[in-house]
Amino acid sequence: MAKKFSQEHEWIELEDGIATIGITDYAQQSLGDIVYVELPEIGKKLTKDGDAAVVESVKAASDVYAPLDGEVVEINEDLDVNPALVNEAPETDGWFFRMSLTDESQLDELMDEAAYKDFVEGL
Amino acid sequence: MADDQTELLKTALHDLHVELGGKMVPFAGYDMPVQFPLGVKGEHLHTRAKAGLFDVSHMGQVRLTGEHRVAELEKLVPGDIAILKPGRTRYSAFTNDDGTILDDLMITNAGDSLFLVINAACKDDDIVHMRANLGDGVSLEEIDDRALMALQGPEAANVLARFAPAVTELKFMSFAELDIAGIACFVTRSGYTGEDGYEISVPNDRAEELARKLLGEDEVEAIGLGARDSLRLEAGLCLYGNDIDTTTTPVEGDLNWIINKRRRAEGGFKGADVILDQLEHGADRKRVGIKPEGKAPAREHTPILNTDGEEIGEITSGGFGPTVDAPIAMGYVAIEFAAPGTKVDLMVRGKARPAEVVELPFAPHRYFRG
Repeated sequence: MAKKFSQEHEWIELEDGIATIGITDYAQQSLGDIVYVELPEIGKKLTKDGDAAVVESVKAASDVYAPLDGEVVEINEDLDVNPALVNEAPETDGWFFRMSLTDESQLDELMDEAAYKDFVEGL
Repeated sequence: MADDQTELLKTALHDLHVELGGKMVPFAGYDMPVQFPLGVKGEHLHTRAKAGLFDVSHMGQVRLTGEHRVAELEKLVPGDIAILKPGRTRYSAFTNDDGTILDDLMITNAGDSLFLVINAACKDDDIVHMRANLGDGVSLEEIDDRALMALQGPEAANVLARFAPAVTELKFMSFAELDIAGIACFVTRSGYTGEDGYEISVPNDRAEELARKLLGEDEVEAIGLGARDSLRLEAGLCLYGNDIDTTTTPVEGDLNWIINKRRRAEGGFKGADVILDQLEHGADRKRVGIKPEGKAPAREHTPILNTDGEEIGEITSGGFGPTVDAPIAMGYVAIEFAAPGTKVDLMVRGKARPAEVVELPFAPHRYFRG
């Protein structure tokens, strides 16, 4: 499935019923050098628009919200060792976590790549 | 939002910041660059490796003249200003009757006058305070026709000497009136990064010209407020409003060294009774360095707990130190927990995380003492 995007600058990629979540290139650029990522615990139930992770730059901590309802099934442990992966490869190796979805139809509310591009240009 | 934007003040270097791609944010009423395209981490590391140019024109510059200027200023600060020779600079603080801190400042004996540099967010209040309390025989001039920039880092002296060879002779916390590239400047070998470097007061109408000349040198990059903050935190230096304010005394703030010997004996400054009593008997709490054991930074207002889970203080500045490559912080703890090596916990997002009280600074000072 093609990537989807949230207004909170997360990307979501669905494969075999599991969604991989990360932050967009736009998000990493505006955050700057990322020095720490706090990921949710495996098994944690997430609620759409609720707290999911925290990403810290030199200067500040920013919340990352869950773009969908579901449960965390895997986290990217590489980020613990090398949080700069989020800056270097935000939309590939710098993924945050994977979640099973409660309601796949929530994906329809998210933007496709073209819509997200327009959204970012409008900011 | 639009109204707030239009009301922000601009320094003489504002257009240059925008041209250089500075990310502009409101700070103490000014539209200031928080970072440039190099980014906070890159700017921080560049300053420690080579030289960084900072616009600190938002800070207040004040000149005190008149025959009683030294004695009158000493009523407001705990430092020995009388002993300060012409061309020497001292860090000090305005205290109030409670013994707490109204602002921290730099005081220079400029020969025929005292030259003060005060914090941007405090400058209006400081000037009211001085006008109300400095007695006869002192006149105060707010210098608003000069910008202030800082050139900081191990290459700062080499770079500045290309435009003014005499700067290499200045020692840390010394002042001279010098022509830099033909521009009449007040130069102090000081700064707030822990590195060698200079603070340069320059007429507004020549500020951009001087900044462009300095930035034209290979070693120099423009640095924003973000890296200024991480550099001063690594250097263990206080940020007024965070680490010291009107709820903290110099003794609690671990600034005993700014209360000089003669002033300890004589008193005669605002809040002397409280401060001298704390010097003798100790304060109940103290500002200390805090090193989180893990990788999670602990930001300001993070509660500090003892290992029994009781709250013993609070982080006042916290973040990530690019040079030490780890989270670092400062905060206040109850005095019995202030010894370096004391284990504490930091309550970050509802989870107690281990940390240790440590000596400051995190990055060693590299001042030029001659």
